[in-house]
Amino acid sequence: MNKIVIENLDLYYKDFKALKNVNLTIPEKEIIAFIGPSGCGKSTLLKSLNRMNDLVEGCRITGLVTLDNKNIYTDIEINMLRKRVGMVFQKPNPFPMSIYDNIAYGPRTHGVKSKAKLDDIIEKSLRDAAIWEEVKDRLKKSALGLSGGQQQRLCIARALAVQPEVLLMDEPTSALDPISTSKIEDLAVELKKDYTIVMVTHNMQQAARISDKTAFFLLGEVIEYNETEKLFSMPKDKRTEDYITGRFG
Amino acid sequence: MNKILERLMEIVFLVAACMSVLAVALICFFLFVNGIPAIKEIGVFDFLLGEKWKPSNNIYGILPMILGSIYLTAGAIIIGVPIGILTSVFMAKYCPKRIYPFLKSSVELMAGIPSIVYGFFGLVLLVPFIREVFGGNGSSMLTASILLGIMILPTIVGVSEAAIRAVPSQYYEGSLALGATHERSIFFVVLPAAKSGIIAAVVLGIGRAIGETMAVIMVAGNQARLPKGIFKGVRTLTANIVIEMGYAADLHREALIATGVVLFVFILIINLSVSLLNRRKY
Repeated sequence: MNKIVIENLDLYYKDFKALKNVNLTIPEKEIIAFIGPSGCGKSTLLKSLNRMNDLVEGCRITGLVTLDNKNIYTDIEINMLRKRVGMVFQKPNPFPMSIYDNIAYGPRTHGVKSKAKLDDIIEKSLRDAAIWEEVKDRLKKSALGLSGGQQQRLCIARALAVQPEVLLMDEPTSALDPISTSKIEDLAVELKKDYTIVMVTHNMQQAARISDKTAFFLLGEVIEYNETEKLFSMPKDKRTEDYITGRFG
Repeated sequence: MNKILERLMEIVFLVAACMSVLAVALICFFLFVNGIPAIKEIGVFDFLLGEKWKPSNNIYGILPMILGSIYLTAGAIIIGVPIGILTSVFMAKYCPKRIYPFLKSSVELMAGIPSIVYGFFGLVLLVPFIREVFGGNGSSMLTASILLGIMILPTIVGVSEAAIRAVPSQYYEGSLALGATHERSIFFVVLPAAKSGIIAAVVLGIGRAIGETMAVIMVAGNQARLPKGIFKGVRTLTANIVIEMGYAADLHREALIATGVVLFVFILIINLSVSLLNRRKY
């Protein structure tokens, strides 16, 4: 079952063509990794999936992106789209409020008022993001007092709290130490039972370790998209091979 | 040679830095030396809580002026703060690029207009307006509050806009990514994150309002009696000093300087509360 389908997508920043004729299908409840050198367009594509690119001035898109067969640019209201397609950013960005309020922000935005229900959502989200045990005694304390790795898991919990269907992760571990990184990787594998995950990563081992499918990007094009195992063991394209064997990038 | 020059410049900078400290210290010293004896002679209680100000009968109670200053400042805050904060939100987050330079320079111009000009504006526009609409002679607490509210706008708008712009865009984007609207993201994430800056803006506004003199004198009525209502005249601490300083002598003169001491203490309390507030920041 395909969750997201991208067809003939071109994306321009003013005159610069950042994505060229991208075609990808993202199956439900799998982890898809986007790899490629800096500036290849992988983050740009990721941000097109929840329309965060709309914030960029001069950004223009042609082609089709669908979520459950509905065009995300015309048939789904933008805030509803972002509720269904959650995002975790490269740099942990907890709001400067308490841990509790950070998680409660999303549900409150979407109309949850009951304290009991919020408490439930918060505990469940924090448990799902594997951070509950570390923060359960300090829910009323500022989220900014957490370590980088904890902050990132908090952000994942915050994204989960609005019950999304898809989780976009933009290099979620690039600002973290190895131990936090492995925690987030384990978490991603755990989460794919319930969520479709699209992850941009600079780290090829990471892609190889946790993703089911991998797309290799170069200069705004998808060069190769395949099962992760196949892509890393038998790349079809010479450029993919060069990149994953470390000849450039 | 360079070493000597460096040392010399260091001293120059030190002297420059000391100038402002020295100025404050001198003002402090002058005020207290000249004001405290008068307070002693009149009696702290009679001076601060006395309800009558009658220099001709040697009665010096400044409670009416203390209350006048507090009421006018509160009025200015009630009028100026909501407008100022909303303006700064508009300028930082909503304003179309084409309008922004116009708006920004208007606000900056507002800050540069001399207070006597504000006073004149109040006198020829606000006073008749209040007189027409609410009766009385037009010079009142309400008139002065409105005028002060306008006068503190540039301070509040400028400082809060900077505070809002200083909030990292990741907060805003994080909120949008959760499906929150532009409005909700601004008012529930960005503004709270800019809280300490906005509080600083309000306090600066309070400082400006409580110290304002010229414009207030022209529209407040200046009766030295306990304020009786928002459509009645009031006299502020600053007005009290300016109006009578020209002819005051002896104890009367010292009582006016003591009025300045009270004003100074007010400002100290305000500044102290800011630093306390900022210390308990999230």
